[in-house]
Amino acid sequence: MKPVDLERHWMEAFAAQEAARADEPARLASARGAAIARFAELGFPARRHEEWKYTNPERIAKPPWRPAAAASVSPAELAALGLPLEAGPHLVFVNGRFEPALSSLDGLEPGVVAGSFRTLLASDPDRLAPHLGVAEPFEDRAFAALAVAFAPDGAFIAVPRDAALAQPLLVVFVGVPAAEPSAAHPRLVALAGPGSRATLIEIYVTAAGDAGGGAQLTNALGEIAVGENAELEHVVLALEARSATHLAHRHGSVARDGRLTSHGISLGAALARHDLVGTLAGAGAACALNGLYVAADGQHVDIRTTVDHRAPHGASRELYKGVLAGKSRGIFNGKVLVRRDAQKTDAQQKNDNLLLSGEAEVDSKPQLEIEADDVRCSHGSTIGQLDADALFYLRARGLDSGEARGLLTRAFTAPITEALPIAALREQVEAEVRARVAAALERAEAA
Amino acid sequence: MSDEALERLANRDYPFGFTTEIEQDIVEPGLSEDVIRLISSKKGEPAWMVDWRLEAYRRWQKMVEPHHWANVHYPPIDYQAIRYYAAPKQRKALESLDELDPELRRTYEKLGISLDEQKRLAGVAVDAVFDSVSVATTFKKELEKHGIIFCPFSEAVQRAPELVQRYLGSVVPQGDNFFAALNSAVFTDGSFVYVPPGVRCPMELSTYFRINASETGQFERTLIIADRGAYVSYLEGCTAPQRDENQLHAAVVELIALDDAEIKYSTVQNWYPGDAEGRGGIYNFVTKRGKCAGRRSKISWTQVETGSAITWKYPSCILQGDESVGEFYSVALVAKRQQADTGTKMIHIGKNTRSTIISKGISAGHGQNSYRGLVRIQKGADGARNYSQCDSLLIGSRCGAHTFPYLEVANPTAKVEHEATTSKIGEDQLFYCQQRGIAEEDAVNMIVNGFCKRVLRELPREFAVEAQKLLGVSLEGAVG
Amino acid sequence: MTRESASERPMLEIHDLHAAARPAAAEPADSSGRADIPILKGIDLVLRAGEVHAIMGPNGSGKSTLANVLAGKPGYEVTSGRVLFEGRDLLAMAPEERAREGIFLAFQYPVEIPGVSNMYFLKQAANAVRAHRGLEELDAMEFLQLAREKMKLVEIPEALMSRAINEGFSGGEKKRNEVLQMAVLDPKLAVLDETDSGLDIDALRIVANGVNSLRSPLRAMLVITHYQRLLEYIVPDRVHVLSDGRIVKSGGRELARELEAKGYAWTRAAGATERGRDGACP
Repeated sequence: MKPVDLERHWMEAFAAQEAARADEPARLASARGAAIARFAELGFPARRHEEWKYTNPERIAKPPWRPAAAASVSPAELAALGLPLEAGPHLVFVNGRFEPALSSLDGLEPGVVAGSFRTLLASDPDRLAPHLGVAEPFEDRAFAALAVAFAPDGAFIAVPRDAALAQPLLVVFVGVPAAEPSAAHPRLVALAGPGSRATLIEIYVTAAGDAGGGAQLTNALGEIAVGENAELEHVVLALEARSATHLAHRHGSVARDGRLTSHGISLGAALARHDLVGTLAGAGAACALNGLYVAADGQHVDIRTTVDHRAPHGASRELYKGVLAGKSRGIFNGKVLVRRDAQKTDAQQKNDNLLLSGEAEVDSKPQLEIEADDVRCSHGSTIGQLDADALFYLRARGLDSGEARGLLTRAFTAPITEALPIAALREQVEAEVRARVAAALERAEAA
Repeated sequence: MSDEALERLANRDYPFGFTTEIEQDIVEPGLSEDVIRLISSKKGEPAWMVDWRLEAYRRWQKMVEPHHWANVHYPPIDYQAIRYYAAPKQRKALESLDELDPELRRTYEKLGISLDEQKRLAGVAVDAVFDSVSVATTFKKELEKHGIIFCPFSEAVQRAPELVQRYLGSVVPQGDNFFAALNSAVFTDGSFVYVPPGVRCPMELSTYFRINASETGQFERTLIIADRGAYVSYLEGCTAPQRDENQLHAAVVELIALDDAEIKYSTVQNWYPGDAEGRGGIYNFVTKRGKCAGRRSKISWTQVETGSAITWKYPSCILQGDESVGEFYSVALVAKRQQADTGTKMIHIGKNTRSTIISKGISAGHGQNSYRGLVRIQKGADGARNYSQCDSLLIGSRCGAHTFPYLEVANPTAKVEHEATTSKIGEDQLFYCQQRGIAEEDAVNMIVNGFCKRVLRELPREFAVEAQKLLGVSLEGAVG
Repeated sequence: MTRESASERPMLEIHDLHAAARPAAAEPADSSGRADIPILKGIDLVLRAGEVHAIMGPNGSGKSTLANVLAGKPGYEVTSGRVLFEGRDLLAMAPEERAREGIFLAFQYPVEIPGVSNMYFLKQAANAVRAHRGLEELDAMEFLQLAREKMKLVEIPEALMSRAINEGFSGGEKKRNEVLQMAVLDPKLAVLDETDSGLDIDALRIVANGVNSLRSPLRAMLVITHYQRLLEYIVPDRVHVLSDGRIVKSGGRELARELEAKGYAWTRAAGATERGRDGACP
């Protein structure tokens, strides 16, 4: 399909769903309408765009995706996925639709709003209305527009002023494949009220479907706002199966004296592209972005971050680590913008990449655009292999080659994994990383 | 605001601006083979020395002055307008400073160099070079007991001709560069040091000199040889009087360390920096190079420099011997309208060689500080290691600092690490200190010393104190 | 006029203070005449030893300007009014003199100073103040003992003290470091400029405890805050609301809660031209 055909495919899919949307609230309908119109204007990006230099947008746009149909997941199946749901209240979505039966708000403090877009649009529409459309940083992103146009539902969380939540809030997006390629559009809006403190964990997984393992597209759109002097810790764990393509646009904005810490762990999906924007909107705002991506044979991970300092005395820290094994591809593009009024900004960015094989490829590109003149900005990037001296040392102490490499790789990823909140989550991630690395190393040995 | 403060002390007078009225035996300005032969005959040099000079002169005539590449700007130098020789009239060589011309003694005291009691008690041997001729060599006899030769270069030519012939030009050949060629032709004096095998020189060796007569260029030639297993620490420091004309200084320093030998060369330098408009400073073109010829040999360069209109010097180490080590520690301060382009070169040739570069640049007023560092790892230099840290401190917002690191790595087993940071002393930091009861000047000194301490602790103790004072004096009022 | 004894005379008297901020010029000779921006438009305030007063107000009301003018920060011009500290003209003193006389400002955004360790800096500052007061200076060991005692107060581990001033400190650590310095320097008047901004609940508690432990009949404090919550922990004797460069309302601690509930617009409407009565001087 040529580009024009690709867009038409989506426009037709949108039109085909009109009947199903007949009883939607007016606000939602108008947001969708605006989004699809915007998509028509924008069209899909072309390969030659700088933003898509290393990842061919057609890989995501081209397959004949159908909107993911409603599917069911039994509690047993959910439990089998091994997620740390006991850690706190959790909302579960399957193929983008809210599943109250699988969710639980036990232990949630009074005053905290946690539920689906649809429920909220019925009970308190004014609350959600401002967040229904595409946020400003993503106005030119075609896929973000599609998420608004197609998402059947979304998760909405609002923490009231000065509330400090004792437990983390989890939002789980389960994808259930169909026989044919299907696209789901998980959405999340989270608002941390002034002076509040909370932890929010998003997990993306694939459940086995009866209909077989067709390809799935997860086109996620997230919007987080951290209020004045509030603190939010946020985790995104992308663990989908190889049959998945994970595309995400996530925006976090931080008000005066607010603090946002965001951890992104990208392990699954054959093709993953994370487009993250952090806006430090008020004076004294701070954000920390930690990320880990592990890619093995046939995986392609593309991470792009933008930290936008718009006010003075802001601080940002970014540490992204990548482990590339087998024939895999990693891309990191980190942009830091310091606007004219953002004096006394302190921005640091680091990207470290570990190549475990000779066929792995990494592209790392930091970008600093600084318009203020009294700032401190630093960036660094490393690409390398396991240290030969260290490996020999471990082997000389009796560890075999595989053990030694696993140990050193774990040491490499530790700064990110150890920073994760919730012990159960940390353990799960560490186990996942260990398993994937071990598998990749084994394949390398065998080859 | 403290703009006024900035201007206030930036215009402080150079404290060492004065001249000494002493009879001088001076040659007319101009450069030719005749002048060279004249210099050589005044020094009573043997034929091989004259020939070496003339060979250099002929090479120099064919060379072109390098203007284009350093980040400095200066008006063209008229080499024919410079006097190449000026020696104060002395009756005989002196055994100790007590016999020194009292005028000269007063000169040194004014400079605060205190060549007398303090240094003597500290056991520092001083070779005071006064306008191209060494006047006193204090502890020559003491050193001779150990077989160490520490004397003016001109004396070494007579006393140890084989050593001079073997090593002169072995690290910086005559044709190495424009200023080295000029120096090789017209050098009048400098220091010669030879430490025999296994000997650890018991005292810091030190040389002070100043440029006095107008239009006299300073062409020092220093040669230091540490034989197998020897150790020597050498200190060089200089000041210069206030003059309108720019003065040229083109020295050559060659260091050779054989197997297991170590040479530590420290410089504390306070050049007349030029007035507020940048007029009248010193042109400082120096070629300083050390060759770690032997296995496990080590050469360290440590320098603290303030002032100087144009600085162009790159103390370097050639790491030829396996497991040899080269180090470079530097603090460079530019204020007013000074410019400096400094740096170092570390050339890794042997196996398992190591180099460390710690460069601290301080810029104030309208000063511009450039650091240029070359680390070259040659093809056969297996296992080479380098660590470089280049930090800039900006005082106020009208100065600048630039770092140009060059890494040329032709061997895959090399490990090269480079870090560079820039920080600023701004009003905010100073106000923070003031609000805690610390006066502005004390705050600046505290911050600058904190910034430089890694380098200052490499200096021989007594000169570290002097260096700290020098920094303090040079920075007075440089805030804003 | 009756003569007040030292204990009766207010520690701080601010009379009709007007101050403007000077925009930073690009070059010293910049005569483009960018105008000073008036920020304080007539502040009257009296603070006595033993008292804790809170200053609240929306962005741009002049809170930080007031703190900076009291500390003598460059970049501000006092256009009229007087400030007396223990009866003496404060505005005539240089910043370090004000500090040595006993005024301490806990900064809203404490700066980092590389190369100078926290411990060394604090010792220099402490000894500068001691020398001014005619006390003997402390040597390294004596100072370490004093510092350790105070570090416990704000739960700062010794490892942080050997780092350069505020270098790599989190927001919470920087604010705690400010309170540590205050504890060591033992000021008569402490001005806390938004010490709670950017702090989570735990850090806030530690900082507030530290500040509360320094309350004394001999000391006065001016607590400037944007968020009411701090005042639940550091309970003030008086609360003043600053709006557009003037104190528009003064009251007891309940005023803070009222403000929280009704928002700043309430004070603007209620008392835009009203001068805080408690601030007026005889």
